Amino acid sequence: MYSVNYHRAVSVADAAKLLKNGDAKLLSGGMTLIPAMKTRLAAPSDLVDVSRLKDLQGIKVSGKTVTIGAATTHYDVSADDKLRKACPALAHMASLIGDPAVRYKGTIGGSIANNDPAADYPAALLALGATIITNKREIAADKFFKGLFETALKEGEIITAVSFTAPAKAAYEKFRNPASRYAIVGVFVTKGKDGVRAAVTGAGEDGVFRSREIEAALAKAFDASALGGIKVPAKGLMSDIHASADYRANLIAVMAKRAVAAANA
Amino acid sequence: MGIEGVGARVARKEDKRFITGGGRYVDDMVVPGMKHAVFVRSPHAHAQIKKIDVKKAQAMPGVIGVLTGKELKADGIGNLICGWMIHSKDGSPMKMGAWSPLAVDKVRYVGDAVVIVVADTKGQARDAAEAVEITYKELKAVVDATKAIQAGAPQIHAESDNNLIFDWEIGDGKATDAAIKSAAHVTRMKIVNNRLVPNAMEPRAALGHYDKAEDHYTCWTTSQNPHVARLVMSAFYNVAPENKLRVIAPDVGGGFGSKIYIYPEEIVCLWASKKTGVPVKWVADRTESFLSDAHGRDHVSTVEMAFDKDNRITGLKVDTIANLGAYMSLFSSCVPTYLYATLLSGQYNIPAIHANVRTVYTNTAPVDAYRGAGRPEATYLLERTMETAARELGVSPAELRRRNFITSFPHQTPVIMNYDAGDYNASLDAAMKASDYAGFTRRKADAAKRGKLRGIGMSCYIEACGIAPSAAVGSLGAGVGLWESAEVRVNAVGTIEVLTGSHSHGQGHETTFAQLVNQRFGVPIDSVSIVHGDTDKVQMGMGTYGSRSGAVGMSAIAKALDKVEAKAKKIAAHLLEADEGDIVIENGEVKVAGTDKSLPWFQVALAAYTAHNLPAGMEPGLKETAFYDPANFTFPAGCYISEVEIDPETGVTDIIQFVAADDFGNIINPMIVEGQVHGGIAQGIGQALLEGAHYDGSGQLLTASYMDYTMPRAGDLPSFKVSTSNTPCPSNPLGIKGCGEAGAIGSPPAIINAITDALGVVDIAMPASPSTVWSAIRAKKH
Amino acid sequence: MSDVSLTVNGKRVSGSVEDRTLLVHFLRENLGLTGTHVGCDTSQCGTCVVHVDGRAVKSCTMLAAQASGSTIVTIEGLANGAELHPVQAAFKEHHGLQCGFCTPGMIMAATDMIARHPQGLDEATVRAELDGNICRCTGYHNIVKAILAASQAMSKGAKGKAKQAA
Repeated sequence: MYSVNYHRAVSVADAAKLLKNGDAKLLSGGMTLIPAMKTRLAAPSDLVDVSRLKDLQGIKVSGKTVTIGAATTHYDVSADDKLRKACPALAHMASLIGDPAVRYKGTIGGSIANNDPAADYPAALLALGATIITNKREIAADKFFKGLFETALKEGEIITAVSFTAPAKAAYEKFRNPASRYAIVGVFVTKGKDGVRAAVTGAGEDGVFRSREIEAALAKAFDASALGGIKVPAKGLMSDIHASADYRANLIAVMAKRAVAAANA
Repeated sequence: MGIEGVGARVARKEDKRFITGGGRYVDDMVVPGMKHAVFVRSPHAHAQIKKIDVKKAQAMPGVIGVLTGKELKADGIGNLICGWMIHSKDGSPMKMGAWSPLAVDKVRYVGDAVVIVVADTKGQARDAAEAVEITYKELKAVVDATKAIQAGAPQIHAESDNNLIFDWEIGDGKATDAAIKSAAHVTRMKIVNNRLVPNAMEPRAALGHYDKAEDHYTCWTTSQNPHVARLVMSAFYNVAPENKLRVIAPDVGGGFGSKIYIYPEEIVCLWASKKTGVPVKWVADRTESFLSDAHGRDHVSTVEMAFDKDNRITGLKVDTIANLGAYMSLFSSCVPTYLYATLLSGQYNIPAIHANVRTVYTNTAPVDAYRGAGRPEATYLLERTMETAARELGVSPAELRRRNFITSFPHQTPVIMNYDAGDYNASLDAAMKASDYAGFTRRKADAAKRGKLRGIGMSCYIEACGIAPSAAVGSLGAGVGLWESAEVRVNAVGTIEVLTGSHSHGQGHETTFAQLVNQRFGVPIDSVSIVHGDTDKVQMGMGTYGSRSGAVGMSAIAKALDKVEAKAKKIAAHLLEADEGDIVIENGEVKVAGTDKSLPWFQVALAAYTAHNLPAGMEPGLKETAFYDPANFTFPAGCYISEVEIDPETGVTDIIQFVAADDFGNIINPMIVEGQVHGGIAQGIGQALLEGAHYDGSGQLLTASYMDYTMPRAGDLPSFKVSTSNTPCPSNPLGIKGCGEAGAIGSPPAIINAITDALGVVDIAMPASPSTVWSAIRAKKH
Repeated sequence: MSDVSLTVNGKRVSGSVEDRTLLVHFLRENLGLTGTHVGCDTSQCGTCVVHVDGRAVKSCTMLAAQASGSTIVTIEGLANGAELHPVQAAFKEHHGLQCGFCTPGMIMAATDMIARHPQGLDEATVRAELDGNICRCTGYHNIVKAILAASQAMSKGAKGKAKQAA
């Protein structure tokens, strides 16, 4: 790791101020950033630790509206009783991230700000039609994820929470990379008042995306059988030593089918 | 068997420190004034070094020294060597390319060490390492051994034409060709054995300390054989004469072969310590381990197996190309030859065998022994071929094997080995019973109803452990003897220290070796200390690899115990005024048989040291040493059966059950033996389903961290059903065969045989990852 | 530089370290607690697992400065004096370790796993929950056995205590 200056923010406003230092970066759970710094692939001059800010933590469920603080850990999302009732699919998804020790530290805000093309949360938020709340504005998930490791966040902007309306039905199915345990393909499907959404992570060359083919088929009938003969195009999908684009295309269809079956179960 | 004696399931003595955080590994060592080293490694697979500029790095904060290969050469440090001479079939010696501990003119693989940087902290050393400016001229690289020997391939070493190291053969070519020609059936296959990275959880590390006042070096290193390290560093690398070099291998966090070899880093740390005047510690990162640890396997072979009309094997012809990487590692040459081709008879009566082996340089990490070393490659080739033959011949895999089993011993194979004992039918029976082989058809039908493809596969392996005797291996080209040493020191209070040349890095020697002593003298194992891993404490020894610590290391201890026992009996007979022949030692008592006369063990020990009343002419003391050189290899064997279920939609293979039935000869501690089998099976399943080192065409290692190299996790594996049915080994006094590598040797073909059975295909590449399996299913459909 | 103060294994400790110092290095180098290991660079192997404020986390993926103010338990602080923690005892009894390098992290992860599953554990859960701990020696067979046994022993122990209290 290169030399770095560590700051512990005492408030969101303090964090925003500290972020003006050199090439500063926010540090939340650090589960992606610190490994990247250890291998010298990331070299921020300053780290602004927001993980202990109480304002950024916790899960609120009010009616169908769910709000999750940005520094809420994956473990806390997976284990929250209110959330497990309101949107069990999201709690389940959080329980599939990394491993138990990673889930204790990694946070929802950190995950979506990083927008790793194989991370789970981007698919969930996209499929849930969530809103990303920052210290400056609110951004719809559809507008937030902008390609590999890119988001709509502007310099100095800090995610404080995400919020969404719990859908009637939802599920997430993940096919893990055998080595890294990230998603080779993860499909999050929802059926809510605005219709069906199916978001795919791990597979797209430009990161998380909504599968038009799957959404169109499921709009006709939200049932695994509706995806029977579906052909997901391999074009635009990643190919690497673990999975070809064709294999990923197949997995998208399979995971989508299984997710719909789980959502209906 | 007493509660702590031979055969008892005794919990390990060494565990206390490991479960409380008290283990002491090289990285835990601190020497006053110690500084930290980082190696600058080649980012290119093949390049000339045009210029090295260290000025900027030297001026960085905390930097103590930035040293290059030129300086190392100037100080007379020698090149690394391969310690086993193999001659090509034309009589020419193997072509060993020069391997400088720090590259001077040329780099030959990504990770080749070029410069060492020593600084106050590791962070500073890394900062400075980035400031070292090396100008390279890139050359074309080749990573595939079959391509490297083709005309026009990049030339890696001046010493070798077409990157060929040797072209070696064994067996009777003419007889084998004749057998194939007159065969009723010939099964032909191409067999690829995938390249693996050993991945002991403790990364390699070295701490070199030069004491100027004494002109003496100490090296703490992650070694399976510290004495061999000292010998090689003294005799070949000119680090220091043996009496001026102490090598300590403290707790070592797994080896699996990768810590047998002497690598550049320990040599360079010792030299750098003298050069900089400070103790120098280097600890590998995991990616550094991936790049620079010796890899394993990487064979490409063709095989022809001939059968007569009764399905008896009449001949076996094998042609193998083995990738040895960019340099010849310490024992690299013997792995694809004497540890591989000599096992090609398997458990079968094969009248004619011929194997041709070409070893090849490529721009990849050096390849050497990894758990099993040659024997997994032989077993995989043979057992995949047997499976395919059974399918082609329309007979059951078990039946074909039984028909060809060797059933009388000793048995001389056409490829050197003389099997001393075994009962292959017993292992096969045990494994088939434990796996309910007969019920498989029903289970397959049930799985099909659930949309799953179920398959079953077996593998009957043989291996050779405790390579010996020294004179024989010497005649085959080995640069060292393969005996072991032991010293048994009975203290005046009756407690005992056993000094051994074996080295424990997970095998539990502190317990099993003590059990052997307990069996003999009845001394509680807590009163027996096993001393190992330090050249200042233990006289010359050969270390631990090739499953040799039981068969060879413990036999040496047994021999020393014989001497101690004889002397103790003499003393006791004198003190008890009895005949020496009537003295027996039982449960810590030294007794006169058939009488009530006895002495506690400690009194005999005390008498040896007070020396007030010893038999006339006897030297005081009770301490004996022994060297043991076995008469033969040992031949563990067994049968493994795996049953898998495949999800055709995703290609995921679930291992429903894995059964191992082994013959290890006599067993000291069944719990520890089972643990060895479990670990070996996990590595074998890893090879079959998960692991594979993958270089791209330019020589970059794409699987250089756990993000891309799939290590077996708990969730990837089932619990294993293991059992043993043992025939004692007649070649050593304890009847032990060895159990360290069997799991890794026997399991890959059992898995692949099951997968190909499930899919109805002839072959599938290892690792049979979900994507590979899915592709095979798709290819079959189209 | 950062001033770091922690409670480690019940003792207040402090030190001044470079900001880039990882917690694992602070534990190993500043406090001499070398039972916590480093086995990879990518936060996957789990040899570095310690408890920070009651949760099992990877000390190689946390700055010492980040941990300042926290309460930490390492493998050295798990036993109650001479009395082994039930998980330590089970690892020994069931031969859940060979070379010992992954063991401290395994044990720290296992104690946390058991605490998170007071209702008890089954084999599948134990295997899934060990995703962040890699062992190269044991094939996990005896590790799984040890954790299941410890979980049982601890729930019996807890029930026993509850009975006593009642």
